Amino acid sequence: MMDGLLDATLAICLPLLAWLVLRTEALSQAVVLFVAFGLFSALGWARLDAPDIALVEAAVGTGLTGALLMHTLSWTEEDSSDVRARARRRPWALLCTVALTALLGWAVLALPVDSQGLGPLIAARQEDSGVEHPVTAVLLNFRGYDTLLEIAVLLVAALGARAVNPRSERPDKEAMEDPLTGELFRMMTPALLLVAGYLVWVGDHGPGGAFQAGAILAGGGVVAILTARMGTPRMSSARVRWALLTGPLMFILVAVAPLVSGGRLLEYPPKHAGTLIFVVEAALTVSIAMVLLMFFPGTRPPRALPEEKP
Amino acid sequence: MSPWAVYALSGVAMFSVGLVGLFSHQHVVKRILAANIAGSGVLLVLVALARRVPTGVPDPVPHALVLTGIVVSVSATALAVALARRMARLQAQKAHSPEREPVSDGERS
Repeated sequence: MMDGLLDATLAICLPLLAWLVLRTEALSQAVVLFVAFGLFSALGWARLDAPDIALVEAAVGTGLTGALLMHTLSWTEEDSSDVRARARRRPWALLCTVALTALLGWAVLALPVDSQGLGPLIAARQEDSGVEHPVTAVLLNFRGYDTLLEIAVLLVAALGARAVNPRSERPDKEAMEDPLTGELFRMMTPALLLVAGYLVWVGDHGPGGAFQAGAILAGGGVVAILTARMGTPRMSSARVRWALLTGPLMFILVAVAPLVSGGRLLEYPPKHAGTLIFVVEAALTVSIAMVLLMFFPGTRPPRALPEEKP
Repeated sequence: MSPWAVYALSGVAMFSVGLVGLFSHQHVVKRILAANIAGSGVLLVLVALARRVPTGVPDPVPHALVLTGIVVSVSATALAVALARRMARLQAQKAHSPEREPVSDGERS
């Protein structure tokens, strides 16, 4: 009974919050509501027995995306033409939303209620994968291609983001002298490192892994940049480049190695699969943290131009 | 109604809200938000469908797909934000160019 109530409340709150995010006129409010929306969906994922996804959503989907979107507030204008356009189109927008929801909802409910999915197949081959957690087994062994290419997507996105806005910003003097944030960062660092290390280690038998750990490290990095404990990492630095490439290179090495001994791409020897997956995950953690940090453009708002509008 | 159906419908509603928002907004940040919401809706439907198993242990394959999806959507958002920022900077440059020399980069100070 209580569970049903919780599920129903969450299920109603999620689209409602989504609608509020898009309806709100002030951008700053919309971004804050979006962060709240992300946390609610993390709760929803926890309710759906997907703790891995809830962790990633809370750290990456909400934390880092929220920080990125907050940063947009420093350079965007709250555009009034946008508000006018929305007011004009409200009737058809509502109609379209309802119609689309009804159509897609009908399609989803028409699916068979019971479906085995690929669960039994995975469970049967779990022994060979080298890890005990099924999601990690799928991510790094059975569907290793996906993860390998995902890392490539991440790298390309980081390169693209940096190519479009090449110059990193200078740290803020005020943040550098603020005693509170500095102290917060000092207290946070050991806990962050511990949690990230734990998440990598726990990945082979429970919810956790490279993405969660990398996101937490990147979150710490963002705080470090904001409090000016650390400069924004630059693409020109050799150390940053190595950190970016460690994960992909290690993964490619592990993927290609079986080809030499007559195996297939990404075919780990079952005896060493656990160790190999752990090494790849540890290397990926470093790269993912660095890539996510590269997305973050820095501290100083570029709109602080000499000529402000009167 | 079983829990998975409740969440699947919720995801469908999120997707619709996001998609319609994507088309009805003109502000670039609102559009990025709308695209993110639509994406979350799709992922929620996927995870909800993974719960249909009678044994109660959810299918791990959609979970892994959604993990990949979240990370890819974050990179897409970051790229979109970077492009939007560049656009805003170029527009600001254009607005200021009659009075002064065009500066190669808006962040110079």
